[in-house]
Amino acid sequence: MQRCGYVHLWLLWSVSLICLTSGIASADGDVAPTHQDSQLEPPPESTSNWSQTEHGHGSVAITGIPVVTFKWHHVETPYLVALWILVAGLAKLVIEANHHVTSVIPESALLICFGFILGGMIWGADMVQTFKLTPTLFFFYLLPQVILDAGYSMPNKLFFSNMGAILIYAVIGTCWNAASLGLSLWGCHKGGAMGDLDIGLLQYLLFGSLIAAVDPVAVIAVFEQVHVNEVLFIMVFGESLLNDGVTVVLFNVFDAFVSLGGSGIDAVEIIKGIISFFVVAFGGSLVGFVFGLLISLLTRGTKNIQIIEPAFVFVLGYLAYLTAEMLSLSAILSIVFCGMCCQKYINANMDEKSVATVRYVMKVLANGSETIIFVFLGISAIDKSIWVWNTGFILLTLLFIFVYRIIGVFFLTWILNKFRLVPVEFIDQVIMSYGGLRGAVAYGLAAMLDDSKIKEKNLMISTTLIVVYFTVILQGITMKPLVNWLKVKRASATELTLIEKLQNKVFDHMLVAIEDISGQIGHNYMRDKWNHFEEKWMSRILMKPSARKTRDYVFNVFHQLNLKDAISYVAEGERRGSLEFVRNDTAFVDFKKKFADDFSEVMPDITADTSDDHGAMSGRDHVPSVSLEMHEQTMKSVRETEDINTHHLLQQHLYKGRKQHRHRYSRSHFDVNQDDGEVQEIFQRTMRNRLESFKSAKMGVAPPNKITKHIKKDQQQKISNGKSTDKSKSYYSGDEASGFEASGGSYPFPMMATYRAGAGVANPAYMPDLDPMAPAQIPPWLAEAELDSGPVAPSQRAQLRLPWTPSDLRRLAPHRISIRSTDSFDDPPPTLRPPPPPPPHM
Amino acid sequence: MGASQTRSEHKHQHLADETGFSLEQVKNLHKRFQQLSGNEETIRELLDSVPALANNPIRKQIIEAFFDKRNQHHDEVGTCEEIGFEQFLMVMSHFRPPTLKTTVEEKEAMRREKLRFLFNMHDTDNDGTITLAEYRKVVEELLSKSGDIGQEAAKAIADAAMLEVASTNVPHMAPEDFYEGITFEHFEQILKGLEMETRMHIRFLDVGTTTMACGKSTS
Repeated sequence: MQRCGYVHLWLLWSVSLICLTSGIASADGDVAPTHQDSQLEPPPESTSNWSQTEHGHGSVAITGIPVVTFKWHHVETPYLVALWILVAGLAKLVIEANHHVTSVIPESALLICFGFILGGMIWGADMVQTFKLTPTLFFFYLLPQVILDAGYSMPNKLFFSNMGAILIYAVIGTCWNAASLGLSLWGCHKGGAMGDLDIGLLQYLLFGSLIAAVDPVAVIAVFEQVHVNEVLFIMVFGESLLNDGVTVVLFNVFDAFVSLGGSGIDAVEIIKGIISFFVVAFGGSLVGFVFGLLISLLTRGTKNIQIIEPAFVFVLGYLAYLTAEMLSLSAILSIVFCGMCCQKYINANMDEKSVATVRYVMKVLANGSETIIFVFLGISAIDKSIWVWNTGFILLTLLFIFVYRIIGVFFLTWILNKFRLVPVEFIDQVIMSYGGLRGAVAYGLAAMLDDSKIKEKNLMISTTLIVVYFTVILQGITMKPLVNWLKVKRASATELTLIEKLQNKVFDHMLVAIEDISGQIGHNYMRDKWNHFEEKWMSRILMKPSARKTRDYVFNVFHQLNLKDAISYVAEGERRGSLEFVRNDTAFVDFKKKFADDFSEVMPDITADTSDDHGAMSGRDHVPSVSLEMHEQTMKSVRETEDINTHHLLQQHLYKGRKQHRHRYSRSHFDVNQDDGEVQEIFQRTMRNRLESFKSAKMGVAPPNKITKHIKKDQQQKISNGKSTDKSKSYYSGDEASGFEASGGSYPFPMMATYRAGAGVANPAYMPDLDPMAPAQIPPWLAEAELDSGPVAPSQRAQLRLPWTPSDLRRLAPHRISIRSTDSFDDPPPTLRPPPPPPPHM
Repeated sequence: MGASQTRSEHKHQHLADETGFSLEQVKNLHKRFQQLSGNEETIRELLDSVPALANNPIRKQIIEAFFDKRNQHHDEVGTCEEIGFEQFLMVMSHFRPPTLKTTVEEKEAMRREKLRFLFNMHDTDNDGTITLAEYRKVVEELLSKSGDIGQEAAKAIADAAMLEVASTNVPHMAPEDFYEGITFEHFEQILKGLEMETRMHIRFLDVGTTTMACGKSTS
């Protein structure tokens, strides 16, 4: 809560700074109190502090001492931009800090309210509206990244499989909304419901077209927090994206009509308008498509300069937007399709880090713009000059928007359901019609109206604002309860597992096959053909050859899961105080081997049903391997001390001594120091240290101070899990025999043999001499280390105490094994085999 | 002629009632069936008559499913040599889309049926569990067309998926425990998150598709 308070303070400060700067800009008398206000607050940190004192000097400078020049106008624009971004970010921070509020009221609504407050403060300082959302600012600098992000993270398959419905909602639905609203308002106007207004039919239609579209920014902001099922989401989301394009086109067409005036419109012009509608929409999509391919191609060739990959995505995305705008095509559609086309290829082509960068930057930009858009929507309201109240007009607009949206959705769904394979349910229709949130696009378009042609521009702007506030705030707030109340089918939030991914693939192929067999050319057939084409041509051209393998969906998941396991495995190993096994080749062999053992425990049927070696199975029963439960317990009890221990050890012994540690800086590469020598050094240092500590433990020599600490911890932990060592002890002594046997024969894993043999030293008979507390851990280690006397011995401790729980390693396992040999499962693990017929193929 | 016409009409009506297809759909499918069987009463071989299947990696499993008696709702097991139209229709009925009128219970039943179909497809030896070997085979074939994924990786993926099942269903497995394979209950449990009822179906057209089908089979 204290942090929260601090943030509040910060926010207040920057807000007052904005007021201040705007106050200075307009050289108003009101500056003084605000300024004092900001002086009273404790000075915030570094840079901002500096700017504040600068300001202090500045205001003095104005009154006449020409020592320090206060060049406010010199930096004004970028300064204000930066400040606004800061304020928006802080606003978001404050809002997100109050979770109980955001769970009830959606963030977008809160941001708008924040905008009200901010606008009020600026108004109080300036007495005019200094800042507002201008169409240029909105359409050129705020909107593109939001849409690009939407396109880039669009679930393509889902989108295209619902394409028909989305298009119908977006095109016909929007036209319906625009036309019905315009006509109804006009009718009401004729009926005398609005008093005296100078608006003609065309102007009404223009107004209808600008306010018809559901706004993607608002919709995403609200639906993101609700988690409805994926079909519903893609319908609303896709519709909101595409109908923006549609509404802009409609707007332009009607704008042209208005310019022509009622008399200049004949059938030819109307047909031209309709044609231009299609040209603009499809042309925009085409531009986006071309740019998407261009991005993919470019990222294909950035092998040597990966650092600029992310930049391509953003720059070309933006260029797609601008190009479409330049050609007077639909810029929004262009950037949507650009994002959608390139996502697959760039994700495969780019380095993993670049992909992460693109994702993050995209989100940062989109989120930032979204925040700023909402804040500005709020601020824009605080302006006396735009507010023209006409009860009839405003209320009727609200009513019609609401009603026609519902009618439109239900009617279109009714038609669609006749053709859709899976009909859209009633509840989903309700949510869809209720989710018709209007947003900044409508406001931007309204602000673009030409007031020489449209006399009631201000009325339209204020109505648009009210519609936006009404839908975003009221409908946004009630959306969640409504979804809950109607029990809308929610999306399962969990990640898909590997088997589900596989099953999805089975589905796809099965559906195609059934369509083939039943002799119908359907959706799946088309998709299959497209996939083939895509695989054959597009991927070949647009994708790095090396990336083609990893781009397979299932393989990707598999890869991710493996990575996750490997990371947790290493983390587990480190927690146990040894890094060595990761770097150590011999230990690595062991690791695989060991795993084979473990794996066969988890899934004995692997060996059972393929090799029929039931002897090995029954043999396994009385040689229970490391008790998993026990180790789990040990792990937990030890974790904390071990953690401290490792860190301490590392801090003390890594790299302090050597001064050659180089810090490199490169603009184009990320490389951390990855010298072989250094790795070796880390390794040897840890090793030596451990050797020392163990040796001294054995000899009874007092070890150096920090090592004592280490030992103590070691012992502590051993006391805490004496029971489990007992258990593992029995295991190793039991196993010992077979281990020896195996090493006697032509045993395929020599290192394994030594390890087992080493473990044999842990025989209970040995233990009293060595260390009564830690029988299993130290002696084998020491024995082996002395034997080899090389620094590369595997850490016994690591091996002994690694998490051999099936859940820990479940996916890593088979992969490793399969690397080793094709039919590794066919052989029972050699240790368990009764006297060895040496496997000839190994 | 007229008599046989009405008799087949009647038969079709009966089949439509049984499988839930509309009469037109049954007729269409019957035409397709005759095309596939070469106007015989039964089909013995599907693979050759449907050239488009050649690209499908799991064609074998799917064709087997058609000849699998378990998918005929008659509590029989084993495979049959040839299938008649009724059996053909039965298998097809697994892919019937839901309508607006379908109730929640019916949907649930449909979902189970579809799952059962899938399960049977994996469980080739019909012992009620999908063992690793069985599962591996499917996955290997599934990924065989992907080209870049080797058999090794496919196997590893199958194993990983199997382990996943094992660890989700039997979270606390003792070392000696033996995971026999995926039972139907586990299968159901695991695929709970998958929206089966909105996905596993295709569109059966009401209008005639013979022209399209002809074009395809001759191509």
